[in-house]
Amino acid sequence: MGANAIRHPPGQRRLSRLLNIGIPYLWLGLFFLLPFVIVLRISVAEPALAQPPYSLLWEWVEQGLLRIQINLGNFMLIRDDSIYLAAFLNSLWVAFICTLLCLLLGYPMAYAIATAPERRRVILLMLIILPFWTSFLIRVYAWIGILNANGLLNNFLLWLGVIDEPLRILHTQAAVYIGVVYSYLPFMILPLYANLTRLDPTLLEAAADLGCRPFRAFLRVTLPLSMAGIIAGSLLVFIPVVGEFVIPDLLGSPGSLMVGKLLWTEFFSNQDWPLASALAIVLLALLVVPFVFMQRLQQDPDEVQP
Amino acid sequence: MKTQILAPRLLLAILFMALGTLGHAGETVHIYNWNDYFAEDTLAGFQSRTGIRPVLDVYDANEVLEAKLFAGGSGYDLIFPTARPFAARHIKAGLYQPLDKSKLPGLDKLAPEIMASLAGIDADNAHLVPYMWGTSGLGLNLDKVRAALGEEAPLDTWALIFDPDKASRLAGCGISLLDDPTEVFSAALAYLGKDPNSLAAADLEAAAALIKTAHPHIRYFHSSQYISDLANGALCVAHGYSGDILQAGERADEADKGVQVSYRIPREGAAIWTDVMAIPKDAPNPQAALALIAYLLDPAVIAAVSNHVYYANPNLAATPLVEAELREDPEIYPPAEVKARLFVPSERDEREIRTLNRMWTRLKANR
Repeated sequence: MGANAIRHPPGQRRLSRLLNIGIPYLWLGLFFLLPFVIVLRISVAEPALAQPPYSLLWEWVEQGLLRIQINLGNFMLIRDDSIYLAAFLNSLWVAFICTLLCLLLGYPMAYAIATAPERRRVILLMLIILPFWTSFLIRVYAWIGILNANGLLNNFLLWLGVIDEPLRILHTQAAVYIGVVYSYLPFMILPLYANLTRLDPTLLEAAADLGCRPFRAFLRVTLPLSMAGIIAGSLLVFIPVVGEFVIPDLLGSPGSLMVGKLLWTEFFSNQDWPLASALAIVLLALLVVPFVFMQRLQQDPDEVQP
Repeated sequence: MKTQILAPRLLLAILFMALGTLGHAGETVHIYNWNDYFAEDTLAGFQSRTGIRPVLDVYDANEVLEAKLFAGGSGYDLIFPTARPFAARHIKAGLYQPLDKSKLPGLDKLAPEIMASLAGIDADNAHLVPYMWGTSGLGLNLDKVRAALGEEAPLDTWALIFDPDKASRLAGCGISLLDDPTEVFSAALAYLGKDPNSLAAADLEAAAALIKTAHPHIRYFHSSQYISDLANGALCVAHGYSGDILQAGERADEADKGVQVSYRIPREGAAIWTDVMAIPKDAPNPQAALALIAYLLDPAVIAAVSNHVYYANPNLAATPLVEAELREDPEIYPPAEVKARLFVPSERDEREIRTLNRMWTRLKANR
């Protein structure tokens, strides 16, 4: 790496290295590890009719006698009640489909932006980012107005004469896919764009010089080189969609089983913070495994070497 | 248990309406209430009468209020939970402070049967003052239901939802159920002629089986969506809260597109519920909250609220001041023979509630 080439006095170097490593670690500790420990601690408590609504992890019973109470019942309930497994599988499936759709839609868009002339690129990027200036919630609500039985889409299709009766889209799984793909598409496009603009165009020229057709050159050169962008974009879409609550709640059928909705029920309707926390822990565990796997996959042997 | 369309409510919550001027420095009262549960000038009137500046924040579900209460330090002085089961368990958890009744002169005008009923969860009525009450029944698009079932078919019955023959004929124009296990199970039990509050395993199984047979005819389970859908004709039968359905009827009349919405209390029995006022234990300004309760006990003030929100209030002195149209509506102020069919949801412990809620998740997902 280039940075290693610059020489500093040893003390200063150690300090700057400490800062460089320390700040991200402090950030992670404060905003990831600490909340995680809190959630983990609630997940082994018992729900209680109190403020806050769960039992204490430890208490001093008498002089020198400390009682620690760990309740694994929440995890056992999640294991034994098939509804939770069904919800996890359904959430993972929905997230997978949405990620795939985002990739199929987002890749050509990112590619088009990355290969557009410099001046137009800025405008195209602005168009991707512009919807963020409106609240996410309001944009999801707007889809209710569009997908309704007497909403914009149905009225338009009726006017065109394509359909005789309004389509039932709102409160179906299709509406969830539409809402999620719409909301998360920029998270796929932006990392892909960042990756694709950095590609060396001379590689494609070389491929063409050697007699490779454009489509084959795309498959053999562009696609493998943009794998990092594909993985980054897919993770940015997949991970939040697994726990997505707002979009299925507003657009989906109330019967659709998603982990986010189950979490809400446990937390609000049941006032069962420990079980909700246990669900969150299981969800995290389910997401960390593929993440670590993907990271292994991503580690290019050249990059790993110092 | 008043619900409204979520969109304007969330917007309002985000905007955090601060009412009145900054003329009176210092004293404020922080109110957490359902959206659209005051008349338009209720809080302005309070400020001009007492000089205390009201700050209103709104919620759309008891559960949201409850989560804030249990987390502690909500910062609210006065809240409006539904008595059963919410306020009941808050009292058990010790989340409220007792009321100084010497500062509430209007208390004696409240309907004795409601006070007696509240005493069941709040000994000596120490913590709760009733605000509004209503029932959970059926909202109907009259023309569409009659077209599907014939002119003569009885409409005040849960059979519209639970009789597969009727429900299958109504499914085309849309049936919705409240997304609330207690409400739906008690409706199913009432239809089956069983105790609507029963928790006996056999009864719950029978109710669950009934809901399961109705499931294919149900368009959705939701606690507020039905208001606009009834008003614009997208639904023909909605299980919902009385005032919400009457507000849907009002909206349908305003839109003037020929949709006629009517509320019916089913003959098999329906739940009657009361929303109450309470002061959280950690309220920053309980004195101001007491002043606001006293103000809302004023018959003229509470009658104006009823006229605006279409819910009945428990203040007997206010009844003559409520518009005749509401006061004489048997669906809002039901006569004695209808009242006899209403049932009060009973207490449940946490374990029972969780079992019911998890059963509900399963039923909705049709598993």
